[in-house]
Amino acid sequence: MADLYFTEEHEWLSVEGGEATIGISQYAQEQLGDVVFVELPEVGATLAKGDQAAVVESVKAASEVYAGVSGEVTAVNEALVEEPAKVNADPQGGGWFFKLRLSDAGELSGLMDEAAYGAFVEGLG
Amino acid sequence: MTGYSPDGLARTPLHDLHRALGARLVPFAGYEMPVQYPAGILKEHLQCRERAALFDVSHMGQVRLSGAGAAEALERLAPLDAQGLPEGRTRYSFFTNEAGGILDDFMTTRVGDDLLLVVNAACKAADLAHLQRALPAGARCALLEDRALLALQGPQAAAVLQRLAPAVADLRFMDSAELELAGVNARLSRSGYTGEDGFEISLPAEAAGAFAERLLAEPEVEPAGLGARDSLRLEAGLCLYGHDIDETTTPVEAGLAWAIGKRRRAEGGFAGADTILRQLAEGPPSKRVGLLPEGRAPLREGLEILDGDGRKVGRITSGGFAPSLGRPVAMGYVAPGLAEAGTALAAELRGKPVALATAPLPFVKHGYKRP
Repeated sequence: MADLYFTEEHEWLSVEGGEATIGISQYAQEQLGDVVFVELPEVGATLAKGDQAAVVESVKAASEVYAGVSGEVTAVNEALVEEPAKVNADPQGGGWFFKLRLSDAGELSGLMDEAAYGAFVEGLG
Repeated sequence: MTGYSPDGLARTPLHDLHRALGARLVPFAGYEMPVQYPAGILKEHLQCRERAALFDVSHMGQVRLSGAGAAEALERLAPLDAQGLPEGRTRYSFFTNEAGGILDDFMTTRVGDDLLLVVNAACKAADLAHLQRALPAGARCALLEDRALLALQGPQAAAVLQRLAPAVADLRFMDSAELELAGVNARLSRSGYTGEDGFEISLPAEAAGAFAERLLAEPEVEPAGLGARDSLRLEAGLCLYGHDIDETTTPVEAGLAWAIGKRRRAEGGFAGADTILRQLAEGPPSKRVGLLPEGRAPLREGLEILDGDGRKVGRITSGGFAPSLGRPVAMGYVAPGLAEAGTALAAELRGKPVALATAPLPFVKHGYKRP
């Protein structure tokens, strides 16, 4: 059973066996609107917590996707390159961005669980 | 304009309707405006290209110029033939500065002895002051704050409005008439900012909400926000003031010389005429061009344009994803020698080079109903 975490930058991390699958939240995709372009990290890249990992662009604007924790990129969701609208259709499933092998599982304790993230979004109005 | 938001943004007469329709409201030029409705920018954009979309553009400045000498005064500020503008015709023009740059772009319509102007929201206070300084005693200009402005745009816009007033069929591109539409006295111009056939409808603020709902009840019509308005005008190759044109770009550089009246070219007598007429004769130092980036990444405003040797040769002034084409497009300025369609150029995006080629404008063919 994977554990689900969220960041204040609206990424979700589904963690299982030392690997995190990362994407953007339902709230984030609603705020962005129609996604028309996704730029993914290189497999093998090493990211530190808070690094810019990917770019997601809507019709209106470009936004960054950050690595919520440190680690090495083990896979990217190539399907998003041809079909960026998957991010809108299924942000917390088929619209995942990349997978990261965690270098410090302790960093997860600084993230929010689903209930805390829900309250965080609520507070944004 | 009817009221303000808690943070001091002006609200248009359609504010309650935007809320009811589930619009996402954003600050724009001092107004709280719908950037999109629940359908989203892509669907709203395609709705306009394929059927009809209703935009609230009440934030724009509607100005009435009247009195003896008003048209002559306007001609000192803008290179249009205001005196020769026939009754019920609309023209596109721009206020120029002494260097030939553009202070704002606007539409003018001749209505009896008066000229009606529609200017950009962000420029309206400055435009009004600029006009007031130029007008002789006896001429007046006034901001029509009790009017709303709607735009119904798209290939089925005419069919929708003809249902309300058959005389709509008699209007051709850039014609304007006062018509009764669903019990409302409105001024209709067959014009717009999407590249499609369509109409801009000026009507009393208090009638605007019910009228907009009446249009939205027609099967062809859906609401569209500023997001779609921007992607539509970009595909249509139309300039956005403050981005593609500003005080540092001349109409000749911007490819807008077609809007300079024939008599005005011969006679001059407008701000910046020296520079503008010289550029007309000798060519401008730069030209606005269409740009097609390779790949899927949108290239946005502010990116430098590079030649084959990596030298900076220009700047992107508008860019984004073109929903009708399913690819990114952009506009920008380059030296005239690089403006020919198909010229290979580049830009640097997030540290990586992206190839792009100059392309003719518009990206999407205009659907105007020309005479």
